[in-house]
Amino acid sequence: MEFFRITKDIPFMRHALLFNVISVITFFIAVISLATKGLNFGVDFTGGTVMEMHYEHAPDINKIRDTMSKLGFADASVQNFGTSRDVLIRLPVKQGVTSAKLSEQVRDELRKEDATAEVRRVEFVGPQVGKELIENGGLALLFVSIGIVAYLALRFEWKFGLAAIIANLHDVVIILGFFSIFQWEFSLTVLAAVLAILGYSVNESVVVFDRIRENFRKMRKVSVTTVIDNAITRTISRTIITHGCTQLMVTSMLIFGGETLHYFALALTIGICFGIYSSVLVASPIVMWLGVSREDLVKAEKKNEVGAAI
Amino acid sequence: MNRYPLWKNLLIGLTLLIGLLYTLPNFFGEAPAIQVSPAKSTQKVDADLMNRVEQALKEAKIATDGVFLDATSLKVRFEDIDTQLKGKEVVQSRLGEDYVVALNLLSRSPRWLTAIGALPMYLGLDLRGGVHFLLQVDMASALTKKIDGAGSSIRGLLRDKRISYNGISREGQTLLIKFRDSDTREKARREIETSAPELALADQEQGGEFRLLATLKPEEQKRTQELALQQNIATLRNRVNELGVAEPLIQQQGADRIVVQLPGVQDTARAKELLGRTASLELRLVEAHAGDSNARDYDPQKIQDAIAGNIPFGTELHYERRGKTSEPLLLSKNVIITGERLTNAAPSFDQQNNEPIVSIELDGQGARIMRDVTRDAVKRRMAVLLIEKGKPEVITAPVINSELGGRFQISGRMSTREANDLALLLRAGSLAAPMDIIEERTVGPSLGADNIKIGFHSTWIGFTLIAIFMIAYYHVIGVISITALAVNVLLLVSLLSMLQATLTLPGMAGIALTVGMAIDANVLINERIREELRNGNTPQAAIYAGYDRAWGTILDSNITTLIGGLALFAFGSGPVKGFAVVLCLGIATSIFSAVMVSRSIVNLYYGSRRRLDRISIGQVWKAGAEKIEARARRT
Repeated sequence: MEFFRITKDIPFMRHALLFNVISVITFFIAVISLATKGLNFGVDFTGGTVMEMHYEHAPDINKIRDTMSKLGFADASVQNFGTSRDVLIRLPVKQGVTSAKLSEQVRDELRKEDATAEVRRVEFVGPQVGKELIENGGLALLFVSIGIVAYLALRFEWKFGLAAIIANLHDVVIILGFFSIFQWEFSLTVLAAVLAILGYSVNESVVVFDRIRENFRKMRKVSVTTVIDNAITRTISRTIITHGCTQLMVTSMLIFGGETLHYFALALTIGICFGIYSSVLVASPIVMWLGVSREDLVKAEKKNEVGAAI
Repeated sequence: MNRYPLWKNLLIGLTLLIGLLYTLPNFFGEAPAIQVSPAKSTQKVDADLMNRVEQALKEAKIATDGVFLDATSLKVRFEDIDTQLKGKEVVQSRLGEDYVVALNLLSRSPRWLTAIGALPMYLGLDLRGGVHFLLQVDMASALTKKIDGAGSSIRGLLRDKRISYNGISREGQTLLIKFRDSDTREKARREIETSAPELALADQEQGGEFRLLATLKPEEQKRTQELALQQNIATLRNRVNELGVAEPLIQQQGADRIVVQLPGVQDTARAKELLGRTASLELRLVEAHAGDSNARDYDPQKIQDAIAGNIPFGTELHYERRGKTSEPLLLSKNVIITGERLTNAAPSFDQQNNEPIVSIELDGQGARIMRDVTRDAVKRRMAVLLIEKGKPEVITAPVINSELGGRFQISGRMSTREANDLALLLRAGSLAAPMDIIEERTVGPSLGADNIKIGFHSTWIGFTLIAIFMIAYYHVIGVISITALAVNVLLLVSLLSMLQATLTLPGMAGIALTVGMAIDANVLINERIREELRNGNTPQAAIYAGYDRAWGTILDSNITTLIGGLALFAFGSGPVKGFAVVLCLGIATSIFSAVMVSRSIVNLYYGSRRRLDRISIGQVWKAGAEKIEARARRT
């Protein structure tokens, strides 16, 4: 079996402009959505209380809503979670109610109606914790970005570092855009997935960059465009197979991982798909436009060789 | 040509063996057990306790599956839940209420595994069920309490030294002391400097008033905050012991936060009530005792009567525990001061004879009361009564040697450890500063079990899918890649078990993701080998070049992922941190297994063949392969 039977280099760079236009458009759609709709932050970030209740028989959601408004939580959200017998109740932060006593109050009241109600999970997060988590998330994003640029600049050249991080931040913004457009819940685990993707999809760019460097050494008399085209063409099979394998795993999590891992796996899926696209078709054109040349990568080594000869 | 030196193969074999050894405990599952830990800080866990428990179980003819003693608790393993419950009852009734006997689960792995430190992975709360609290200590109020204490001490000091002042007030964390003229201020300043060296003093003139501004020195502020946090942790630990939780975790997080994790606890209401409650400490005079004939009120007869039930009006009979014996004491019902007046209690050494002592500090009001009471009570005994769980117990009853003030010492007949314990007990009476619950996470046990199932299933299914694809696509080399991948999982699990890192559901997702990503290295290598073959290299050369050329790329791409993992570890908290740990460790194990392990298998399988015609790596498609073959046939 051999999926990729490519005889000639595919002229990716000829269509670079087109790909970049597509990128820019998706990017702006994501940004606009983030600016207007924002993210549907989970309780980790906003603070508040989440309760997961399990019933023997499917309960009447409206009745639970009534109970909640009787308790003074008119703005509580009540919905099914996974199955019809599981209910998720979200209570916003209430000024003055600092303690986590609230969850017991709710549980006792719901037990009065249906004795089979069982608390599966309670999460209470104070508002100050949420704020810190957002700050830390931002810091982590910044740290990863700087770290990657610095490493690639050291290992290759600053142009590669810059191109890789632009391509991957573009992925991050697009993942966030999806979460914004569909108003999926953005929780701490989703943030973890986003950061993992940031580190992971840089892999793609690195693999292509490695080939570009190798090609610059071997293919002396060809244009930069050809070098890049050749590098992408020869790594494309590996790119697709690797991502396919990772995606097999992520799909398995998406299907069998239950509600808790659902959005985590979803964020990874979007990240993987756009990761392929961006590292091949966004990062490389950027490198080209930043004016990478053979001298950028090969020069240093030549000097060394000369030094060694003397 | 593709052969590893013997040491390299041995090294890989050894790593695999160690990995296997430390992964083993995870397969044995867990057995029902009970865990005995002291209910009060005065009791200790030692070999003596172990004998008592073993004796009790032997008498009741209950078979055990091992008794284990560690620094803080005693664990007894049983065959099944029935004997576990019976054993719990027997042990609890034998030990009484001094010890907490909690149900727990212990690994069923054989003793020799436990002996080499091979334990199953430590499951996080989201996998085993339990409660997690994050408590914020109100440091501002700890500082306010301290500065208020300093204020009342200064008031007393100035009054004693007959220095007139126009009032003391507090603004924020600063004390304002007003004087009529600068001379008095100077005099006061000298006195305060000697008696309260922890204060930073500054002069201020305003509206004809001569003011002295006193604030806590920065190092003193830091010390106050650290002490407050330590005391709160100590107090929490005492209280959590009462809950009978098998493995509670109480830990400082950052400068002013405390994490409390109680695995297996479902009753959050009781847990919260306990965390918020205060045990109280009372200082009272001893009315009669039979211990020290040199001290006043030595009256064995009165004590005998009291034990017989004839307790004089206005007194109470209490016992001071000292090791295995206990001394009966008749205490006055009048409380001199309570633990709230106590600002500090710390173990230290007597400057003259270098004996361990406990030095105690009271706030201003406490000092005044203490002075008034002890003036007429020299050579009497004073009892320190700790009321925990509604049960009073005398923790010490020293003789008063002289009039006491704001700072005094308890000395005599103490070891360093006893002094430490006593100081802790004195402090444990109250929280140093109020705390708020700022985060709570409760996970029911059924959800925990479900989460394990979910995590396990999705990883297993994903792994199988990848295995099917890899073998179909790369044949024998694919089998080798999958073997390397399995080794990766094995090593990752063994590392997690070895480090006892907390495994959470995101952590399990991390294992799955690592498996999905680790295959990347093998795909890189395999594709590279195919490419080399396509370019017409001999199979052996292709293997060599494939591994050699792919190595740089593998390293680069893994380091970038590692950067992401490290950032998550540094900035993440709780479950996310668990994910980060798995991700970082997974990168290390995947590099090892994908490069070293798979290479060594390839070398063993193909490396020694002198004439290797083809590698089973699936179809290697060459452009115009037919032409080349035709040419080959012609020559």
